[in-house]
Amino acid sequence: MLNDLFDIHGYDFTSYSKASLKRRIVRLYSLDKFPSFAELRYRVKTDGNYLKRFVEEITVNVTEMFRDPTFYQALRTDVLPILGTKPFIRIWHAGCSTGEEVYSMAILLKEAGLLNKTLLYATDLNPTVLEKVRKGIFPLTQMKQYSESYIGSGGQKDFSSYYTANYGQAKFDSELSEKIIISTHNLVSDSSFNEFDLILCRNVLIYFDKELQDRVLKLFDASLGSLGYLALGTKETLKFSAVQNSYKQLNREKIWRKIV
Amino acid sequence: MEENRVAHHEKLIVIGGSAGSLAVLFKLLPKLRSDLSIPILIVLHRRSSGDSSLADLLATKTDIPITEVEDKDQIMPSHLYLAPSDYHVLIEKDFTFALDYSEKVNFSRPSLDVTYESAADIYGESVVGIILSGANEDGTKGILEIKRNGGTIIAQDPQTAQMPVMPQNAISQAKIDRIYSVTEMADFINGI
Repeated sequence: MLNDLFDIHGYDFTSYSKASLKRRIVRLYSLDKFPSFAELRYRVKTDGNYLKRFVEEITVNVTEMFRDPTFYQALRTDVLPILGTKPFIRIWHAGCSTGEEVYSMAILLKEAGLLNKTLLYATDLNPTVLEKVRKGIFPLTQMKQYSESYIGSGGQKDFSSYYTANYGQAKFDSELSEKIIISTHNLVSDSSFNEFDLILCRNVLIYFDKELQDRVLKLFDASLGSLGYLALGTKETLKFSAVQNSYKQLNREKIWRKIV
Repeated sequence: MEENRVAHHEKLIVIGGSAGSLAVLFKLLPKLRSDLSIPILIVLHRRSSGDSSLADLLATKTDIPITEVEDKDQIMPSHLYLAPSDYHVLIEKDFTFALDYSEKVNFSRPSLDVTYESAADIYGESVVGIILSGANEDGTKGILEIKRNGGTIIAQDPQTAQMPVMPQNAISQAKIDRIYSVTEMADFINGI
């Protein structure tokens, strides 16, 4: 089935974590009530609309704003002041899903007075989630929790000043979204496309096997300027990768600085 | 000893619990012999903060090394592992852990069902699933899956549980092999 996806549609999932992928496929198989696995396979092969759903469902698109507040606090105190000395800042959110982290970052930059000289590149393999990034609209029900996390990250403003509430949705200010450049990019098959000062890729590598993780980390390495920063998820690591010797971890948070 | 370590590399105990289970672990861990070779993975429902101090707290109760799982960690004998908060824990064929940040299952992340099911898939009859005190129904589906794959399933005696719902639900739906008090549980594990 994974070979079908690659041969016919060009999506390469063969280096994804088998345990996670298997669970996602079994989940979708039961969610969509297929009578047999062969029928799921046939549908994916022949029905372009269903393929879209399949890719969206087997990749994980769960994300939130200011997840792990201490991580964002470390960005505020340890990373942004250094980036601020540069005339221009480029940041890449790789595998950004629906963009909650990108908007969190834009808020940090605005509060540090750096937003006007920054561009945030938001990429994902999935065009549907990128449409949500473009709109900057998130469910209002989440805002209480996001506001608490924002405060936990050291935020001192009224979080609701960043969005307009309407019909159960929170639309974030266009001042933030104007600085976000959106593009599809598949970490498995696409190459480096710019040089960045900070790359964030949190809770994406966990879905890849070790070999693909290493390949993607090399791609990040090739896309980071000297003394650039790389941020991963709280349980992700550089320790299995060939690039680890070129990086120094900042502190307890999963932020590394390129030292060569 | 060496032989023992190799053999036990392909066995695993998964202990799952929710409300009221921490007190059980505080009693259970000190009773485990420190030269235990079978690895144990502990999955607890906990608050979704990135706080890692629970592993430090549990470490004060046992001489067996205990670490919070990181992505792709190799499962080693004579080791206790704790599922991190806010991630599901899965197991790969090469006996490494894979973390997963997908939707909550039974309102829980980590979910016991997710880990029990994955352990059943990889370890088959060589896994022991233990379900402790808790107030929701997470774990039952996974325990059934362990049984279906030939593994051993054990429930904490609901009469000894602060929150009996979770072990009781497992007992009423699955053919539980053993219903144990904490002391009996420790004796069983030490005898593996």
